[in-house]
Amino acid sequence: MSTFVDRRLSGKNRSAVNRQRFLRRFKSQIRKAVSEAVSGRKVADLERGEKISIPAKDLSEPVFHHGPGGRRTIVHPGNREFVTGDRIDRPEEGAGQGGGGGSPDGEGLDEFVFELSKEEFMDYFFEDLALPDLVKKQLTAVPEVKRVRAGFISHGNPANLHVVRSMKQAIGRRLAMAAGPRERLHKAEAALEELEAQGLGDGPEADALRAEIEALRARVAAVPFLDTWDLRYAHRIDQPQPTSQAVMFCIMDVSGSMDEERKNIAKRFFMLLYLFLTRSYERIELVFIRHHTVAMEVDEEDFFHSRETGGTVVSSALELMRDIIRERYPSATWNIYCAQASDGDNWEGDSPRCRELLVDAILPLVQYYAYVEIQAERPQSLWREYEYVQSLHPQRFALRRIEGVEDIYPVFRELFRKKVTA
Amino acid sequence: MKEATPVIERRPISEGSDWNFDLLRAYDREIGRVAAHYGLDTYPNQIEVITSEQMIDAYSSVGMPVGYHHWSFGKQFMATQKSYRRGQMGLAYEIVINSNPCIAYLMEENTMTMQALVIAHACYGHNSFFKGNYLFRTWTDAEGILDYLVFARNFVAECEERYGEEAVEEILDSCHALMNYGVDRYKRPARLSMAKEQARQREREDYLQSQVNLLWRTLPLKEAAEKERKEERFPAEPQENLLYFIEKNAPRLAPWQREIVRIVRKIAQYFYPQRQTQVMNEGWATFWHYTLLNHLYEEGRLTDGFMLEFLQSHTNVVYQPPFYARGYHGINPYALGFNLFRDIRRICENPTPEDRAWFPEIAGSDWRKTLDFAMRNFKDESFIAQYLSPHLIREMKLFAVVDDDRDEQLEVAAIHDDAGYQRLRQLLAEQYNLGNREPNIQVWHVDLYGDRSLTLRHFMHARRPLGESTPEVLKHVARLWGYDVYLESVDETGEVQFAAECRH
Repeated sequence: MSTFVDRRLSGKNRSAVNRQRFLRRFKSQIRKAVSEAVSGRKVADLERGEKISIPAKDLSEPVFHHGPGGRRTIVHPGNREFVTGDRIDRPEEGAGQGGGGGSPDGEGLDEFVFELSKEEFMDYFFEDLALPDLVKKQLTAVPEVKRVRAGFISHGNPANLHVVRSMKQAIGRRLAMAAGPRERLHKAEAALEELEAQGLGDGPEADALRAEIEALRARVAAVPFLDTWDLRYAHRIDQPQPTSQAVMFCIMDVSGSMDEERKNIAKRFFMLLYLFLTRSYERIELVFIRHHTVAMEVDEEDFFHSRETGGTVVSSALELMRDIIRERYPSATWNIYCAQASDGDNWEGDSPRCRELLVDAILPLVQYYAYVEIQAERPQSLWREYEYVQSLHPQRFALRRIEGVEDIYPVFRELFRKKVTA
Repeated sequence: MKEATPVIERRPISEGSDWNFDLLRAYDREIGRVAAHYGLDTYPNQIEVITSEQMIDAYSSVGMPVGYHHWSFGKQFMATQKSYRRGQMGLAYEIVINSNPCIAYLMEENTMTMQALVIAHACYGHNSFFKGNYLFRTWTDAEGILDYLVFARNFVAECEERYGEEAVEEILDSCHALMNYGVDRYKRPARLSMAKEQARQREREDYLQSQVNLLWRTLPLKEAAEKERKEERFPAEPQENLLYFIEKNAPRLAPWQREIVRIVRKIAQYFYPQRQTQVMNEGWATFWHYTLLNHLYEEGRLTDGFMLEFLQSHTNVVYQPPFYARGYHGINPYALGFNLFRDIRRICENPTPEDRAWFPEIAGSDWRKTLDFAMRNFKDESFIAQYLSPHLIREMKLFAVVDDDRDEQLEVAAIHDDAGYQRLRQLLAEQYNLGNREPNIQVWHVDLYGDRSLTLRHFMHARRPLGESTPEVLKHVARLWGYDVYLESVDETGEVQFAAECRH
């Protein structure tokens, strides 16, 4: 006797907990693998899963077993040419001899490879990270909701009663409910008329019809004009309203000394910051400012791909940024972030001007300002001025010198390391 | 498919490859009818239709329908999922659980043919094996296992809440390392059931703890008594069930930790028969799905298309690649088991003079009775030793190779000829002896009055040394024991060599 049970809809993902346990146990290895994966990846497609591999020996589950050596006799199938007493050279390790050598599941792999989902990947990527000083608008802000219309429902608050809808329902219902009796009524009336026309209006047949007509009229009249199930209420639901918006300024030196490689590194730096902001803010605007001796606001394409030559005046970009903030991004409603990348070159006399601009005009308005100097030979005047700025505003100004693509991730972590809350 | 049936009236149960629950029931009824005709005695079946995702789930919890949480199951899950997605492996035919009712899973993606095959294989083949084989009857309790697993999961979850996930995980890791050493081979285990377990668990905790304390009490003894005590060995006899020994005697385990050791031990014990009867169990199930479906075909209840699809997967399952083939991973238990049972039937029905000489008792006997007897009373090792016939040795072209590390070359010890049959039979049987496959390690000595260290002894077989993970396993033993642990190897001449140690 057999019972059949359809389990397809129940108990999905029973191993989810075990998977979480696994991830937790090998956290440090996975983190390392994630960090390596990030440095090897195009930043544009950062938001996807990743194949993670962990040395298999780290996660082996040891049991007592026999090692190689000693004397073993193994029976094999498919003998072709051997006779008893034949002596054979040992086959190469791993060849043919499936009996004992390989691992039991036939996967003699040194690496345990598995897929991290996009969410898991990003979580590892962002772990421990948080933007500094988010307090201002972000953390205190309770996500605001807006009530929006969402059709009609049959139950609700009397205040939301929708009269037109309810009446329409009532008409429909009345039509439907009275349709049968009304039809019979019409028939009966026609029959009566016919009888009367034949002069039989006083006969018992006519009386019966009159009684029926009476009853049917009462029945039609009894269909209520408005019934409780006609009532319709306007439905409103809460829609989360993005309250937190951020603008991110990307400032990059595009003078002749910024070659393609440096631009690539800078690009990754910007993208990482952008990605991080997308986790914290519902809406992010990007402003790209490139500069050599003059600064210009450009679109993303131009920002990364057009080439310029000439000298470098960093303050031009800072001035432009200041103006844009004043015009379009009042700091009361915008969280402002700025990321600047350069190779460290600046016109000698301009650096103090940059410092002044930063300290007086820009830093009071922005949440965070990050500066990276890419493959600079040695610190120049701009670096020294910026170091001074940092000593004034260690909380919201960060700077770092980086060498290659693989330095970006650590830099990023450094810049945005979660601050121990006071 | 042996004798050609003259005229068959074709009344197939269904055509086409789609299945639905009515068809499943219809096939199950027919297969069950034929199974009863052949005298298969089974537990009632509970057949569950699941998705492939759920199948991977079931896989990674070693087929336990309810399991406690542990990272190793997660690892297993991820590995299975990966190779399934990449198409490296199909999912199992079936998973079937030795319980009453016997639970079997069908995957929804499968065709009607495959579902019928699984029903025949699992719900009648494996099921009757679980119910009949002496090892399963002795070692497992089909009635109680589900309850016990629920108890185990709840208990582990409760411990995680009280003592932290990490603490529980540590104990489980250590127990898993010793899982193969958690069986008494010579005692009948007690029945498992949730109600009893829960009722007794508290009681046992207290009692056990008091026993342990007695053993380890440190009050000074009188001198004479002490001297006598020192002579006394503990344990008096070497113990092969390491987990049991630890559960009862480890000085520093908390009661809940002992209970977890016990749970792992009980589950190991539950799976013990499966590890000892792989060839028989799979062979039996394969033999029966083959026999039952062919019977139905001969009755005209299956279409030709059905049979073609069925035979194709059947052939894949019982394919034995020769040793020189690329995909060779040793002997395929399905192939060996299927061939053995089929060969026994052949010996019963059409014995040759050779068979009569080798198997005088069964040649020409009723094959159903003979097969039933073989299924009930053997495990892989003894089954092969008893029934591997020269005919089958020739058919599979078996030969034995000696690999001795003192010898430059391998030597062919026996082949499928008159001189070799006996030897091959014995060697192949030994190959399935768990005692030879796993190192023989026993509890040898506890230094009761000294540093409380535990000494394990490895009895070497054919000079085979322990593998490289031994120090790691010893760490787990030391974690459970709480004091230093030593491991000695004893070779066949009786010479003791130090193998490994782990200082706690």
